[in-house]
Amino acid sequence: MADIAARNPAGHPTQQRSGLHKLMQRKSTIAFLMALPLILLITILVAYPAGYAVYLATLNKGMTRFVGFGNFEFLFGRDTFWLVVYQSCLFAITAVIFKAIIGFVVAHFVHNIPAKGQRKWRGMLLVPWVIPPAMSTLAWLWLFDPSYSALNWLLAIFGIEGIPWTGEAGWARFSVILVNVWIGSPFFMIMYLAALKSVPEQLYEAASIDGATWWQRIWYVTLPMMRNIIAITALFSLIVTFANFDIVRVLTAGGPLNSTHIFGTWAFRVGIEGGDIPLGAAVSLFMVPILAVAATFILRDITKRGSEV
Amino acid sequence: MVSMKVNRRRFVAGTAAASAALVAAPFVRSANAAGKLSVGFWDHWVPGANKATEALVKEWAEKNKVEVSMDFITSQGNKLLLTTAAESQAKSGHDVLAFSTWLPARYADQLVPMNDVMEPLIKENGKVNDTVEYLGKLNGKWLAVPATAGSQIKGPCSRIDLLKKHAGIDIQAMYPAGQAPKADAWNLDNFVKAAEACQKGGNPFGIGLGQTSDSVDSAGALFHAFGAQLVNAKGDIVVKNDQVRQVLDYYKKLMQFLPPDVPSWDDASNNKFLVSGQGTLIMNPPSAWAVAKRDAPQIAEQLWTHGFPVGPKGRYAPFLPFFWGVWNFSKNQSAAKSLITHLSQASSAEKMTNASQGYDIPSFEKLTTFKVWAEESPPKGTLYHYPNPHNHQTLSIAAAPAPHKIAEQIYTQAIQTQMVVRYAKGEAMDKTLDWAAKELEGFSRN
Repeated sequence: MADIAARNPAGHPTQQRSGLHKLMQRKSTIAFLMALPLILLITILVAYPAGYAVYLATLNKGMTRFVGFGNFEFLFGRDTFWLVVYQSCLFAITAVIFKAIIGFVVAHFVHNIPAKGQRKWRGMLLVPWVIPPAMSTLAWLWLFDPSYSALNWLLAIFGIEGIPWTGEAGWARFSVILVNVWIGSPFFMIMYLAALKSVPEQLYEAASIDGATWWQRIWYVTLPMMRNIIAITALFSLIVTFANFDIVRVLTAGGPLNSTHIFGTWAFRVGIEGGDIPLGAAVSLFMVPILAVAATFILRDITKRGSEV
Repeated sequence: MVSMKVNRRRFVAGTAAASAALVAAPFVRSANAAGKLSVGFWDHWVPGANKATEALVKEWAEKNKVEVSMDFITSQGNKLLLTTAAESQAKSGHDVLAFSTWLPARYADQLVPMNDVMEPLIKENGKVNDTVEYLGKLNGKWLAVPATAGSQIKGPCSRIDLLKKHAGIDIQAMYPAGQAPKADAWNLDNFVKAAEACQKGGNPFGIGLGQTSDSVDSAGALFHAFGAQLVNAKGDIVVKNDQVRQVLDYYKKLMQFLPPDVPSWDDASNNKFLVSGQGTLIMNPPSAWAVAKRDAPQIAEQLWTHGFPVGPKGRYAPFLPFFWGVWNFSKNQSAAKSLITHLSQASSAEKMTNASQGYDIPSFEKLTTFKVWAEESPPKGTLYHYPNPHNHQTLSIAAAPAPHKIAEQIYTQAIQTQMVVRYAKGEAMDKTLDWAAKELEGFSRN
């Protein structure tokens, strides 16, 4: 309909119609109107809270006066803040790398399963991703329970001493990353599987004729063809993992000794539990520049490759 | 629509008349004049405990012809905390809300003064303990009224049999039902000896050192027992003192005899530890005993709630009161105050305490001897000493007497348990104190 409307030549008898009518006939107007509900939704649910968070982050502790970048300056001087920065980066980067590797490997396995049984495997492998994380993390909490860990019970059967899964800083970090990888890998798997299916079979045939090994086919055919999907999936996952809250909150609540706090959980601890909402808002906003830098690099690379093609 | 011009003279006259009426009849009593009231209560852990509150509110609503809507809001997942924060930001919500320990002070500017409610209640039910006053009163203004529902003492709850077997301590003889405690020997030296004996016997004490309330409260009481302050009442950081060094040394010794995973315990861990039969002693209100009564009656029969060990500066127990407060944006403040007054009467408090199987403790001096505590069983008298009927110990809160805004941060960020764990795990004393001082400096910002 938009196309038909756009094809109406100027100077036609309909020219006398009102300006509003003409405006409504424009492709861009129709596109805008169709996108309007989404724009409104994003404005209400994303733009307004983000703007409000920026506003809150510029207030003093009592929320009575404007302090500009005072809260950010204050954070730069806190050891705990830098610990949280380190942990957030460690958590997000490690988890994304492992999710990408596991997703890539599993996607290949599933891709090589005959089409008949593939659907069942795809469905089963997606289970960790489709269960609400707060619920599945509760199950992990029971497995890692300080005193009654089911995993330790299994280790004890083999005479291995129990592991303080959430009781010691190193193990607690390992535990939260493990759960994040368990939940997030299926997303990578399904994205990579879709990418694998779109790689033309002729390329592999040509590579085989040229005598390419299994590794060479992966390196010179599969990976280049999947690069954009890998980059976008990694970026998306990086954003979501950085902004994670539920896994850490349920599993360790940031402990022991603040050793597993990430931006989201520490912002909650400081802002809501501790009653310092402006500082909590400042902590949560700190994710923005880090993610903006990551997004710029990853997306720039995609654009570059897009123009090369 | 009728419009009326209000000139200055008429406005002053009208305001004066309204103020006079309000002073003369502060609470709404007459039919058809009371309007609506919305109340947010804390959703009680103990099954059925909400019913007493519900019945009392209905009774009051019928008598005063007020249409009351009640919400019981769980503190699980911080829902009550989030509701409070949201209502404070939106300046809209319930008229009366349950405020946990530190929240009256946090929202002091948004709460209606309750002096006119508290003064008659104190006259009638006796004074409140210093901790309630510290948490609920600021610059002479009562910010909220201490609630019965949810207020608790987190004293030791011990296994009678295991303490006797491993440590040779007869806890019932020290804290006999119906009598004043004879617990001079229940001091910190004997406490650590008992912890060692029980650990060697395979049933250690279960004292959490995580970052949640139970752990922080236990640590807070022991810090008080040594007179160890981090920040004084004036707001000065005084963490580098001998008392703090002493309590850290004491905890380091004690921690050797606790389960190795206590730094990661949450508020459920100690309960599970006791109910499972592994532990000899935990610091908790009688909810662990109530669960044992239901799920492990043979363990419940051996549980006895009693007082804290005495330290160099006294015997302190953590008291965590809930409060009922009225937002200043409430449209029916007089009815709200009337309802709170009704809920705070001795008879109402007793009903709530009974419904909670003795878990709830009113904050007023004369209301700590209800029958329920003497009669609850098994074993009979297990809760007799729970409400501190003989004022045997000083009821306290961790981080007091620091100014509220600092103390709340010390409490929620679990600075005391973090100090204990850092030092016990081998960090040098000075490094631990430096770390704490830096954190405290951050909490002092305005």
